[in-house]
Amino acid sequence: METIVDISDVRKTYAGGFEALKGVTLSIRKGEILALLGPNGAGKTTLISTICGITNPGSGTIAVGGHDVVRDYRAARRLIGLVPQEINLEPFSKVRDTVAFSRGLFGKPKDDALIERILRQLSLWDKRDARVLELSGGMKRRVLIAKALAHEPEVLFLDEPTAGVDVELRKEMWEIVAEMKAQGTTIILTTHYIEEAEAIADRVGVINGGQLLLVEEKTALMQRLGQKCLQIDLQEPVEAVPEALAAYGLELADDGQALRYTYDTRGESTGITRLLGDLSAAGLSLRDIHTEQSSLEDIFVGLVKEGAA
Amino acid sequence: MNWAAIRAMYVSEMTRFFRTIAQSFISPVISTSLYFVVFGAAIGSRIDQVEGVSYGAFIVPGLIMLSVMTQALSNASFGIYFPKFIGTIYELLSAPVNFLEIVLGFVGAAATKALFIGLVILGTAALFVDVQIQHPLAMLTFLVLTCLSFALFGFIIGIWAGNFEQLQLVPLLVVTPLVFLGGSFYSISMLPPIWQKITLFNPVVYLISGFRWSFFGVADVPIGMSLLAIAGFTALCLGVIWWIFKTGWRIRS
Repeated sequence: METIVDISDVRKTYAGGFEALKGVTLSIRKGEILALLGPNGAGKTTLISTICGITNPGSGTIAVGGHDVVRDYRAARRLIGLVPQEINLEPFSKVRDTVAFSRGLFGKPKDDALIERILRQLSLWDKRDARVLELSGGMKRRVLIAKALAHEPEVLFLDEPTAGVDVELRKEMWEIVAEMKAQGTTIILTTHYIEEAEAIADRVGVINGGQLLLVEEKTALMQRLGQKCLQIDLQEPVEAVPEALAAYGLELADDGQALRYTYDTRGESTGITRLLGDLSAAGLSLRDIHTEQSSLEDIFVGLVKEGAA
Repeated sequence: MNWAAIRAMYVSEMTRFFRTIAQSFISPVISTSLYFVVFGAAIGSRIDQVEGVSYGAFIVPGLIMLSVMTQALSNASFGIYFPKFIGTIYELLSAPVNFLEIVLGFVGAAATKALFIGLVILGTAALFVDVQIQHPLAMLTFLVLTCLSFALFGFIIGIWAGNFEQLQLVPLLVVTPLVFLGGSFYSISMLPPIWQKITLFNPVVYLISGFRWSFFGVADVPIGMSLLAIAGFTALCLGVIWWIFKTGWRIRS
């Protein structure tokens, strides 16, 4: 698949000596949704800011659509739309004016029809003549998105688009992102909400301590690193895990009504068959069994711990 | 050149200006009238003439300069400080624009506002005294150049300022004294000899002198020196702004 953003060994050290990026290399494919997942301070915003020209580049190279973001910044930046994390809007300007301003700033001729389409798509058309300060927080976020889309970018960066927004608005943001993707826009979003990456991303990159720990297809990532949990509900509660089953590392759950067995889907053998045999040998009768796929959250916590170790 | 971007920045800045048009218009008219009442009528009646010009008329170029310089400075410094303060500067930094385009947009708008106010003051002055302009073209050139150079200077202050106090500091502590001591209300020939020498280190003297020459044909310093001073000041400011955008000083971390 065609690469649209090519990041090669990018390092960034701030004036205070803080090394925010320690050699990040990443290829972003045209048309995909890539979620950059990481805790606060992982380097997500620094990476985006470096691509978009907001922070001074350290070493390494970044190309967007084949244009170097430093040498050929005009061509590169024309392709990029940025939705910042903070709600940075001029409070006194009108919605329509501030969106039209963004289009002009990127060198595009006036296009009222396009601005109307964007505002309608983001349910802002009714508020077109309202001043930014009159809008709710959710609407302000949508104005930020409208501004980023006003110059018809091919690549859209969303820096923590749903940080601090309620569930309903978060779902709405996801729908907007899905629409953008359907229109062919490449989307890179940063988040520390795992369910966000899980819900909308095609690929997930995990970033921590200024390093990209991995980038993988979301489904593959979950398969590869996914741990599963088998819950065994018992007919009669037990006080402790029977001696004979000690090797399985079972946990007691539901006041002894259930046993939980964690296994790795990556392993050659999951040990389930043997466990079930040993359970009946130990004289336990089962009421029910079910398994749970571990979420990206578990994967993520595991990776970050690994990185820290 | 990204002309659409320059236009967008210029229009956006001017829109801000027109939002407060009443203030922008009324305050210079009132303050100019006050100056005329105090300096022109009350004090001026006891001063005969300065270099062959009635005192009331003599202070007109100085008054215009005083307002134009402070307005250009404060408009431009606020114009670029505000996006920094509320965070909207991210958009300028991530847009396909270079430093010259940002300067043309922001400084151009600040200079336009100052020019507008300068002309308003000139009009107000004409109501009080008989204003004659011997060299209208030179007058306009000086006015425009002063608007531009002080807007450039203000742009630098706006980028440098880390808070609102600092934003006020330079205009209050440096520019206002320089303008008042730069011969706005007197000819430097009225000063004791030693102060006449010291005054020549004040760059504002050259601007006011040149501007006054375009009205009355009399100047404290040669007109060529005045032009040189303002051109040098403009070039210096442009150089500093070029360096700011090249290094990202105070705007890019």
